[in-house]
Amino acid sequence: MDLHRHLDDELSSLRDRVLLLGGEAEQALERAMYALSKRDSEVARQVLDHDDEVDHLEVEIDRQCIDIIALRQPAARDLRFVISVAKMAPVLERIADHACNIARAAIDLNNEPELQSVPDLSRMAKHALNMLRGALDAFTSGDAVMAREIIKSDSEINDLYNHTFHRLIELMVTEPATATRDARLLFVAKHLERIGDYVTDICELTVYMAEAAFIKHNK
Amino acid sequence: MPVQTEPPKIEVGSRRGSAPASGTSSSTKVAVRDLNFFYGRVQALHNISIEIPERIVMAFIGPSGCGKSTFLRTLNRMNDVIPGTRVAGQVLIDDQDIYAPGADVVELRRRVGMVFQKSNPFPKSIFDNVAYGLRINRVTSSGSELAGRVEEALKDAALWNEVKDRLKTSALSLSGGQQQRLCIARALAIRPEVLLMDEPASALDPIATSKIEELIFDLKKQYTIVIVTHNMQQAARVSDTTAFFLLGKLIEVNATEKMFTAPNEKLTEDYITGRFG
Repeated sequence: MDLHRHLDDELSSLRDRVLLLGGEAEQALERAMYALSKRDSEVARQVLDHDDEVDHLEVEIDRQCIDIIALRQPAARDLRFVISVAKMAPVLERIADHACNIARAAIDLNNEPELQSVPDLSRMAKHALNMLRGALDAFTSGDAVMAREIIKSDSEINDLYNHTFHRLIELMVTEPATATRDARLLFVAKHLERIGDYVTDICELTVYMAEAAFIKHNK
Repeated sequence: MPVQTEPPKIEVGSRRGSAPASGTSSSTKVAVRDLNFFYGRVQALHNISIEIPERIVMAFIGPSGCGKSTFLRTLNRMNDVIPGTRVAGQVLIDDQDIYAPGADVVELRRRVGMVFQKSNPFPKSIFDNVAYGLRINRVTSSGSELAGRVEEALKDAALWNEVKDRLKTSALSLSGGQQQRLCIARALAIRPEVLLMDEPASALDPIATSKIEELIFDLKKQYTIVIVTHNMQQAARVSDTTAFFLLGKLIEVNATEKMFTAPNEKLTEDYITGRFG
């Protein structure tokens, strides 16, 4: 029984670590968007400085998953949990990378005169953050129903991205002087759209963990 | 606890390029229907129904005393030799009930060979061990045919290259792993159709265990293999389908991949994840 408790402890520790990584990704995105909207380059630099810790956490999770698989040979729901975490950690790390890219764009844009605001961009960021928080909650509680709902809501980000894309192209045509800066915002929009896709991946892994069902690529 | 009404049908998936082909369902070699088994007044097996397809490896897993070895032994009537035992129900091999009145038990055991946990070579030469079954069953008509069958069995058991130059030496001089493969060769020599293995590698070191597992993988191209094992990783490695027993009942039988990633029954999940009890 002690051995089983030991495994439970290790799985619990793994869960804590991946949630910590999720929290880091969430915070990085939130702060990067703050840096962009409030023109605060110092906060953007903090996001970039913190990225090494996020990378380190991902490597730790990788190691922990390998150790559990090698030493404990988990099966059934334990195996699905470890596999889901092993696949989820790099996804969370990539979300944090996209946040870093947004932070870099913020630093560049903050050195230039302020642009007129693009409301859909902040709506996209808010929606992406809500999706990410929801995905981490669904993972924590093993809630496949919630995970599926979040997957559906990715279309909203895609719609916002399309609106933002057209709006920014329009601005580039009408005000060529700001085209370079608008292009940077276009990349920010693309990063947010990709984050929505990554959150979808996380939710698909939660469904696999909870139900052993592969829903990836099932449209 | 789930109650079985129909024998579980096993869809055999593809595992490491072995027969049967991917995605096909092979024909049933062994069909067990409503089998109950008693040691005196104690019922050890309850209403077991299961179908074992031809040329696959099926593993039986479960905690000690769950009835998996008892069930294995019902498949070639090895329990008959235990006084006070009683069996009810049917075990059909190629649609013939092995417990039907008048069933030929000697012929049955020729068709259904068995390998035990502890290797049990006879205190004879390597050659004579393998030739034993062939001689007492008068299977071969000449010395050269006998030698050919012994060589074939030793090759099938992946032992030939290690013993071909010392066939006349005592079988007891072999290592534990070699002795176990010799016992497998002895079982194979009479060309059984089904091979029952009761924890065949539990007393062996990892290298010898690996050889036995590779052998099982090769043998399933020709034989239907049923293996009892306490080692769940071994069941996962060698078997196509796995059956989980608990307290004399068959709880679940499923494709091994499914069993070890997403079993249907909570009892199976609890056992496989080590949270049983």
